[in-house]
Amino acid sequence: MIDPLTPGVEHLGIVELRIPAKAEWVAVARLAVSAVANRLPFTLEELEDLKLALAEACTNCIVHTEEDDAIDITFDASTDEIRITVRDHRRGKPESIAASLHDERTEGLGIYIIQSLMDAVEYRVDARSGAELVMVKRVLS
Amino acid sequence: MDIKVHVHGENGRPHVVELSGEIDVYTSPKVKDAITELIDKGHYNLVINLEKVRYIDSTGLGVLIGGLKRVREHGGSVNLVCTNPQIKKIFDITGLVKIFGIFEDEAAATKALA
Repeated sequence: MIDPLTPGVEHLGIVELRIPAKAEWVAVARLAVSAVANRLPFTLEELEDLKLALAEACTNCIVHTEEDDAIDITFDASTDEIRITVRDHRRGKPESIAASLHDERTEGLGIYIIQSLMDAVEYRVDARSGAELVMVKRVLS
Repeated sequence: MDIKVHVHGENGRPHVVELSGEIDVYTSPKVKDAITELIDKGHYNLVINLEKVRYIDSTGLGVLIGGLKRVREHGGSVNLVCTNPQIKKIFDITGLVKIFGIFEDEAAATKALA
C-alpha cells in the first residue's frame, strides 16, 4: 500500500495528460514527466529513471489495449515526491489483466524495470475499467 | 525521436550494427529488422554498438535478447558496445550483463568474437 502524503509536505500540483495508446506517443509522456519532475530537486539520473519507468508503463498499456484507446496519466507533485498514475482501458478478466502487466513478450522486463527504478509501485485491475498503475519516486535529499 | 541504423562488416568477420538515437516501443521494430536481416543472411556473430544510443527500454532489450537467442541457435553470439552509464544501469538491473558480452569499444567487442 502506497503511503499518503507526509504531514507538512507542500503539494505542488497535479498535471493530467491523455495520449493515444500508440507507440509514437510514448515520447510525449517521457517529455512530460521530465518537465513536471524538473520542478522537484531530482538528479539527472533520477529524471532518466522516471522517464524510463513511465515509458515502460505506457508500453505495457499499448501492447494490451486497442489502437484507438487512450492512456490517462496523472502527475501528482509534492515537495518530497512525484506520484504518477497510469490508467488504460484494457478489457478482460481481472486475473488476465493482472497477468498482462507482466508481459511475456518483453520477458516481464517492463514491470521489473519499473519496480527497480521507483520507490513504490502498486497496481489495480478492474474488468470494466482496465488497469491502473501507481508509482512513486521520492526526493532523497 | 528516431533511431539510425548503420551496418558494416567484412566476410568472415563479425558484422557491426551501429545504433544512434533512442530505442523504444516505436523505434525498436527498425532495430529488429536490421538484426533479423543479418541473421537471415547467415551472420551469427554480431557486435551491436550502443555508444550513440541515448535511451533504451524493455522493447529494445527484448529485440537484443531475441537476436541473441537466434544467433545462439547457430553457435553464434552478440557482443555489445556500451559506454553510457544510464544504459549500462538498465543492463545491470535486469541482469542482462550476465548474458551479453559488454565492451567499452568496438575493437574489443569484435576481437572477443573472433
